[in-house]
Amino acid sequence: MICQVGLARLEMAPRRSQFEILAQGISAGVAEPTIEKSTESEQELDLPWQVIVHNDPVNLMTYVTMVFQRVFGYPREKAERHMLEVHQQGRSIVWTGVRERAELYVQQLHGYLLLATLEKVN
Amino acid sequence: MDICRLKDGLEISELDPFLAELLRQIPASASADNSPAAQARLFSPPGDANETEMRAEWKTYVEPELQRLFRSATETVAADLQQLSGNEKTFANRTLVIPAKNADAWLNALNQARLSIAARNEFNERDLSDNYRSPIGSRRDLSLFQVNFYGFLQEFILRELMDCREGSST
Repeated sequence: MICQVGLARLEMAPRRSQFEILAQGISAGVAEPTIEKSTESEQELDLPWQVIVHNDPVNLMTYVTMVFQRVFGYPREKAERHMLEVHQQGRSIVWTGVRERAELYVQQLHGYLLLATLEKVN
Repeated sequence: MDICRLKDGLEISELDPFLAELLRQIPASASADNSPAAQARLFSPPGDANETEMRAEWKTYVEPELQRLFRSATETVAADLQQLSGNEKTFANRTLVIPAKNADAWLNALNQARLSIAARNEFNERDLSDNYRSPIGSRRDLSLFQVNFYGFLQEFILRELMDCREGSST
């Protein structure tokens, strides 16, 4: 899985080059679902970051649901719940965790042309 | 226009010249060149204005990859659209087959086109949910029809080809 390879490489990468490394995985990562894998590392202890998807009247509801299923590996029901939250409330926090993985998700979501941002959890 | 699911794709037959021309317009419509509004939508920043370092890195490292990804999708679609450029009479109906293996590229290119057109025309939610507007009224109405037609095609691809693609990979 390309996403897993990208994440493995991230752990050894200096901070400023994260986007450069992650960018290499965008195109291939778009077509592959990411398998979430729990890890115990110092990164997990950092303040979490959240991935937020914002409402966009153009993107189709079915399309957004499919993207959530693919990018996060969410089951259909969970993907639809987040899609509806975006549609009805204007935004949805679709993932929370370490910054590097959040950056990867945001890039993948942009590859699918969703309006996604990254924010530090206060 | 008839849409029929094939084993490895989607066949759109009885395409009249008007709809065939709209399909031919997908690659050009997807381009955000010469439109700051479309550029801003297709390449939106990953954080708010205070995140200057993040935004600068994004512009340097991520945007070129996104541009490459988007260009690759429109090139795939443009190649499939060559089917509409035969030697038939100008006003004859056409047939287009979208291969299942290109479904992702079609979804991406159609989305680029819809978002670019909507950004250029500043379509809002109200415009986009007005399903009864005539496409004949003005250039803006025609653009709205184009967005809705591409959305209709996206829905079909999602429903017919993504299941097919996912089913075939397991």
